[in-house]
Amino acid sequence: MNRLLPLLVGAIGVLLLATLMLVILPAWQMRTAQPPEQLPPYTGQQLLGRQQYVANGCVYCHSQQPRSTGQTLFDSASGWGRASTPGDYFYDAPHLLGTMRTGPDLLNIGARMKSRDWHLTHLYQPRSIFDWSIMPSYPYLFEEKDQASPGDVVVRLPAQFQPSGGRVVVARKEVLDLVEYLLSLDRTYPASPEELQKRDRGYDQRPETALAGHAG
Amino acid sequence: MTPILGVLLATSFIASLVALGILVWAVANKLIFVGKAEASTIFMEGEIGHPDDSASFGQENETATHRFDVLRAGIDRAGKGPVLVLVTAGILWLLIGSTFGVIASLKLHWPDWLADMAQITFGRARTLHLNIVAYGWLSVTGIGVALWLLPRIFHTPLRRPNMAYLGAFLWTLGVLGGSIAIASGWTDGIEWLEFPWQFDIVLALGGFFLAWPAIETAARRKTPHIYVSGWYFLAGMMWFPFLFLVSNIPGLHMGAQQATVNWWFAHNVLGLWLTPMGVGMAYYIIPKIIGKPVYSYNVSLLGFWSLALFYSQVGIHHLMGGPIPTWAVTLSVVHSVMMFVPVIAVAINQHVTVATNMWAFKQSMALRFVWIGALMYTLSSFQGSIEAIRSVNSITHFTHYTVGHAHLGAYGFVSLVLFGTLYYMMPHVLGRRWPYPRLVQVHFWLVVVGFSIYFIALTVAGVLQGMDLMNPGSRFSEITRSMIPYLEGRSIGGTLMTLGHFVFAAHFAVLLLKKESGAKPADVFAPVEAS
Repeated sequence: MNRLLPLLVGAIGVLLLATLMLVILPAWQMRTAQPPEQLPPYTGQQLLGRQQYVANGCVYCHSQQPRSTGQTLFDSASGWGRASTPGDYFYDAPHLLGTMRTGPDLLNIGARMKSRDWHLTHLYQPRSIFDWSIMPSYPYLFEEKDQASPGDVVVRLPAQFQPSGGRVVVARKEVLDLVEYLLSLDRTYPASPEELQKRDRGYDQRPETALAGHAG
Repeated sequence: MTPILGVLLATSFIASLVALGILVWAVANKLIFVGKAEASTIFMEGEIGHPDDSASFGQENETATHRFDVLRAGIDRAGKGPVLVLVTAGILWLLIGSTFGVIASLKLHWPDWLADMAQITFGRARTLHLNIVAYGWLSVTGIGVALWLLPRIFHTPLRRPNMAYLGAFLWTLGVLGGSIAIASGWTDGIEWLEFPWQFDIVLALGGFFLAWPAIETAARRKTPHIYVSGWYFLAGMMWFPFLFLVSNIPGLHMGAQQATVNWWFAHNVLGLWLTPMGVGMAYYIIPKIIGKPVYSYNVSLLGFWSLALFYSQVGIHHLMGGPIPTWAVTLSVVHSVMMFVPVIAVAINQHVTVATNMWAFKQSMALRFVWIGALMYTLSSFQGSIEAIRSVNSITHFTHYTVGHAHLGAYGFVSLVLFGTLYYMMPHVLGRRWPYPRLVQVHFWLVVVGFSIYFIALTVAGVLQGMDLMNPGSRFSEITRSMIPYLEGRSIGGTLMTLGHFVFAAHFAVLLLKKESGAKPADVFAPVEAS
């Protein structure tokens, strides 16, 4: 190749094709999605909590996209919920689908763990609940005090994790927001057939092959 | 809608194949000349047949100083300042970035270590590591090398070096600002795109001022042919800004759809930015050190265009089994497998050239880094193609296996090629040799042993983790416990690699600051009219 302009134009042309296929067309299809009726928009406090989730990088260990039973039974056996569809993320920006499962999937953590106290204890010191956990503790989202003031939310801790000298651990606003967001994570309502058409069905058995399997 | 999508999909794939067919036909019918003569344009008269690596050859023979030739010294001289600034900044980013990597790795098995420092909680240390090594070390150093290498293959000095200084300053400022933002919890929150868009603008401006001198130099080249490294570098300098701008526009992308943009971008940072850099460097350094043109130059044309066509559409394989339309996932799976084409094309050229000249591999440390890096490109690409097959991806997705794979590409391939390129390049830029050749070996063995431990630990861990995550009978507590020894292994490997980086950086600092005795760089600016 001896000419500069065709090289540069060709290079950009190829990338435009890729942009059409991977960005524009999926957007065109997925943006027709309506929010599922049972999915409420986030409240102000939940959105603040979501920002905490983002700022502390929870997404790097926790996915928010349970897999279909056609791909694995582990997700539903663990109570992580049904396979998600684009509509489930209607109010999500930035998206938090995640790519790692160093920790469990959290798309339905609010339906699975409904106790605010449990979440506060777990965020302050995960190993006070699960001795095997490798999740970071987040002491900087809490405050140690001699005495709780009125309105303070005191974190309930086993004796060995209590601060010394009768001091107490209270939750800062950041972690209260974060827990409010975690409690809101609940996509256990059924997905509509149209919605299910819009997710990756590459692992789902086709009805006819399933039947053939039975017959054989 | 489905028929339209189907037609478009089929058209895109057929168009790619037809385009490649035309390309092969054109080369076969000599409509495009890419042969031995073009492959040899990187050599000057009398250079073919003479190996060139001042760190390894001609140690005993002091007359070998003729390698710092007047002609190329004249070409190098105009860009010397910006190149040195970029490479120095890149190496500093390497030290900072790999330190954050070690911190993040340790935190995965010491979860309470430094837990009260919000700035380096795992989620932030890991993110700082990724952004600093990708946009600091790999990108900044890569651009530095490109600004040295392009004028050489174009036989003309770098144009607008002052603009390149400005670009280097802005880009580095963007990375610095973005990193401080991440540490303080201010992030766009999307993997590979965490820098807040306010800093992205600074970085993008820097990129503009760095690409301009490169393209102007290309437009005023003194040689009719653009050598293959030039295709990769110049195309990369078009691709990266395009990707970076489209995916960073705030408020344009939402929900699950944003995930497709996310992975279109993230995989293309590897495929259309870091890979072209690494492949382009290897295409120059391997034949230069050996002193012979690459094995089959016309295959390189096929390699380049098929890389562009196939690599640009693989990103959605990161969302397999997710809330994304089936066709988009399938498209990316197909293109991922098609990546065998460009990878084999590059492999034929680079590996055969080295394999038929193993004497050079044994003697030249620079070539050792570059060729092992090039081999890792082949391996990581093959691995990636296989990983994109649905049944394999079911196991490897969501696991440490993917992290191992990413490092095989970004570290085993691009970083090793960069190390080798710097070992070859710096003596030419400064006109003096690396002072302690032994340290090059120490660096080599630390990173090779460290990376082997790192990669094997994560690969084994990922397979075990992935199989457990598929088995409804397994428990999460057991999976987590079983990962600990491998995560510790990763920390050991990562620490060795980082030690190697400090050895390298110290050696670089001595080379940079040492007062020269002996071989003098050519001091005259020769107006260059090379053939």
